[in-house]
Amino acid sequence: MTELVSYNEPKNVAEAPVSETATTDPIAGVDLVVLKVPPRNQCWDVWDQFKTHKGAVAGAGVFFVIVVAVVFGPFVWRVSPAYIDFTAMNAGPSWAHPFGTDQLGRDLLARMMTGGRVAIAVGLAAMIISIFLGTLIGVLTGYFKSLDGPLMRLTDLFLSLPVLPLLLVAVMLFRDAVAKILGNDLGSFTLIVSIIGVMSWMGMARIVRGEVLAVKQREFVMASRSIGTPPHRIIIRHVLPNVMSPIIVSATLGIADAIIAESVLSFLGLGFPPDFPTWGRLLYDGIEYMQVSPQLVLWPGIAISLTVLSVNYIGDGFRDALDPRLRR
Amino acid sequence: MLNYAIRRLLMAVPTLFLISLMIFSLLKLAPGDPLSQLPLTIPPEVREKMRAALGVDEPLIVQYLLWLKQFFVIEPLRGFDILFGTHLSDGMQRIISWQTRGPVFSMIAERLPQTLLVVGLAYIVGVLIAVPIGIVSAYKQYSVFDQIGTFLSMLGLAVPPFFSGVLAILIFAVYLDWLPTIYNTNLIVNSWSNFTEQFLQMAMPVMVLAVQTIASISRYLRSSMLDNLEQDYVRTARAKGMGENVVVFIHVLRNSMIPVVTVITLGLPSVFGGAIVTEQIFRVNGIGQLLITAIYANDVPTVQTLAFIFAVLIVVFNLIADLLYGVLDPRIRYD
Repeated sequence: MTELVSYNEPKNVAEAPVSETATTDPIAGVDLVVLKVPPRNQCWDVWDQFKTHKGAVAGAGVFFVIVVAVVFGPFVWRVSPAYIDFTAMNAGPSWAHPFGTDQLGRDLLARMMTGGRVAIAVGLAAMIISIFLGTLIGVLTGYFKSLDGPLMRLTDLFLSLPVLPLLLVAVMLFRDAVAKILGNDLGSFTLIVSIIGVMSWMGMARIVRGEVLAVKQREFVMASRSIGTPPHRIIIRHVLPNVMSPIIVSATLGIADAIIAESVLSFLGLGFPPDFPTWGRLLYDGIEYMQVSPQLVLWPGIAISLTVLSVNYIGDGFRDALDPRLRR
Repeated sequence: MLNYAIRRLLMAVPTLFLISLMIFSLLKLAPGDPLSQLPLTIPPEVREKMRAALGVDEPLIVQYLLWLKQFFVIEPLRGFDILFGTHLSDGMQRIISWQTRGPVFSMIAERLPQTLLVVGLAYIVGVLIAVPIGIVSAYKQYSVFDQIGTFLSMLGLAVPPFFSGVLAILIFAVYLDWLPTIYNTNLIVNSWSNFTEQFLQMAMPVMVLAVQTIASISRYLRSSMLDNLEQDYVRTARAKGMGENVVVFIHVLRNSMIPVVTVITLGLPSVFGGAIVTEQIFRVNGIGQLLITAIYANDVPTVQTLAFIFAVLIVVFNLIADLLYGVLDPRIRYD
């Protein structure tokens, strides 16, 4: 009997309608069970790969600690960064002042935290501007052939500009005018962030353009175009998600570049106003008293270097993690 | 190739004109008055005369074209005169600094040797150190040397020059007292003791500038070597029975240097930019420091001329890099 049944079953299957085979076939059933493992989000794949890059994980940890310390630190360490105490000038580390004090007896830990807020805010804001400009111009030049020539010439032109001298000149010339409109601190912030952003989108635009040129030739974009999707929707729904990885990588590295640019400006005395501590400014102010109290230059310098180093490692990790060819 | 070179040269001309226009308008559009630093007691008619003397009462287009003429015609003629003893530029109006009332190009000529000495030497030292590091870390990939090299170059790129410079001063000048903190430009090298002094005072700025070069160029060479080490021709060379030295130094290194030479060429102008910071730290009175003092003094002619010279350097070195690439790599054909 059993032989007969086993012999008959395939026949039944063959005669049965397709919809029935799917439910009765034991092999198909097994397959369905396998598929019932919840589908993994792409973010998890990226995270899994990211975790294998030790430097990137360490960098992410350090950056997280710095950001938390800088953002929430002032709520815990409630010493005013502007409080002047002439009895404790240029003091070394102590329980009252863990990082020591500066030439006016101001607490260095509090000043470092305020400075870090500004440095990281400048890094993020300038990065957002440069990402926006770079992606916009990269997508436009890659997708629309008529815009390719003129906009790429513009990119080449910007790449030929001497960045640091122009940053210095622009800050020097426009500082007072912008400060009149937006106030001293907000004015400096807006000016520095926008100038750094406007001067650093070119690399991004070139990378995005190359990726868009490749994605544009793919079948799904062609299919989308053939059913009459307008260009802006193709760009937003199909092109942008596929060029996201290089954008994320350059965005991460862009934060580091912007932080360095801001601190160079502050270091040359052309960044934020003197009473507005940023890491670059603290370092610049500390140089005069370097021989008496080296912590004045050490802490800000270490903070800048550590932030930039960790952000660079994170960018490296993202580069590996977002490349599907490297994924295991 | 020649066609391509000529086409690139012609394309550089409008780029330079546009950059000069951008720099000029950035400086002219900015609010601020060249006479704002002068006392308020100066009567208005004298003020007008002073404006006329500075040339700022002319229409903008006249000022712009005059500056271009001075930059591209009069100053090169002047240089020609000095070189060959002719008198072509006599009586012509040169670019005059508002700060010193002297010709801007004379100031640059005074400052340039210091910058070239420090920056140029730093770049050469940097490249000479970077090349062996790149070779070894690629040949022994993932070895201890490679891991340390990778970390150090990440560090070298992350530590900004103004911090590494200050750190170097703190360690070598303040604590160890080996090196002087300030660069003495008046030092004339004519004996061994002068030479050691010059060597010692140049050590720190050159070191600080070279670190960045070493970090980026050794990385480039490493990845370029790694790409080439996996190629079929390397296996062929080994199969033919060539020694490892020949394979690495003749076959792989020569091919790996092609993109690196381009990077070296492209990086030169940015080192001049980095020199602005380094000169400020070590008080080297080169063109970077000239730019900073001119910016502080609102000296528009000097600032715009210097900024434009930086731009010219970038355009010229881009051009050289593009042409070098074609010369060095026979696979590239420009048609």
